[in-house]
Amino acid sequence: MTTKLVVDCSTGVVEEVELTEEELAQREADAKAFEAAEKERKAEEALRAAKKAELLAKLGITEDDAKLLLS
Amino acid sequence: MPVTYKKIASVTVGAGGQAAITFSSIPSTYTDLKIVASVRNSSTTAGSFPTVFLKLNGSTTTFTGRYVEGNGTTASSATRTDSFLMSVNADSSTASTFSNLEIYIPNYNGSTNKSFSVDGVSENNATLSYAQLTAGLWSTTSAITSAELYFSANNFMQYSTATLYGISKS
Repeated sequence: MTTKLVVDCSTGVVEEVELTEEELAQREADAKAFEAAEKERKAEEALRAAKKAELLAKLGITEDDAKLLLS
Repeated sequence: MPVTYKKIASVTVGAGGQAAITFSSIPSTYTDLKIVASVRNSSTTAGSFPTVFLKLNGSTTTFTGRYVEGNGTTASSATRTDSFLMSVNADSSTASTFSNLEIYIPNYNGSTNKSFSVDGVSENNATLSYAQLTAGLWSTTSAITSAELYFSANNFMQYSTATLYGISKS
């Protein structure tokens, strides 16, 4: 059972309410979208890191050397 | 001196967690709203910083935004077409740490589109952790009567808190 906390601001009453079918479906769709976006983000990060390593190797310098050059 | 900043409601998540935190029947007596939250997501995936989203009047559509972030190694920014608020601590982060965020919603009663800003940081005793600033827009002209913080997966862990404040013109 998936629930949420609902605070009624007019009364201060806090209730634990079960998610509706619609909310559960939305949650599932959001989770899939998030997973896909995360996969894409990680792939981009890995590609950027690989390109960076390749460039440093080509230049024959370390990451610290590169930082020093840019400082 | 008039009271211009008043706590409307506050909630703490209990054992077992909750998928979302909703403030309903928000009074229309203020000018602006502010939500201050301290949250941790129950995901145990290593390196995960799940996204907390905003739902206004039960809606997840017509949201757009842009955020800028620093994550321990790089600074970046991106456009969003959803109700992204920020990336927060998961249960894989350092034990007992929580992310904190402040959401400011000016003119929530007005008849124009609703803008909001978010200022938040995650806490983690490791290189990867986030500081983020988000500018969001809900392109809907209705007055805001409910606001919900929610995750697309897993839950708000026990001891997560959220407080809603009403701010009035002095």
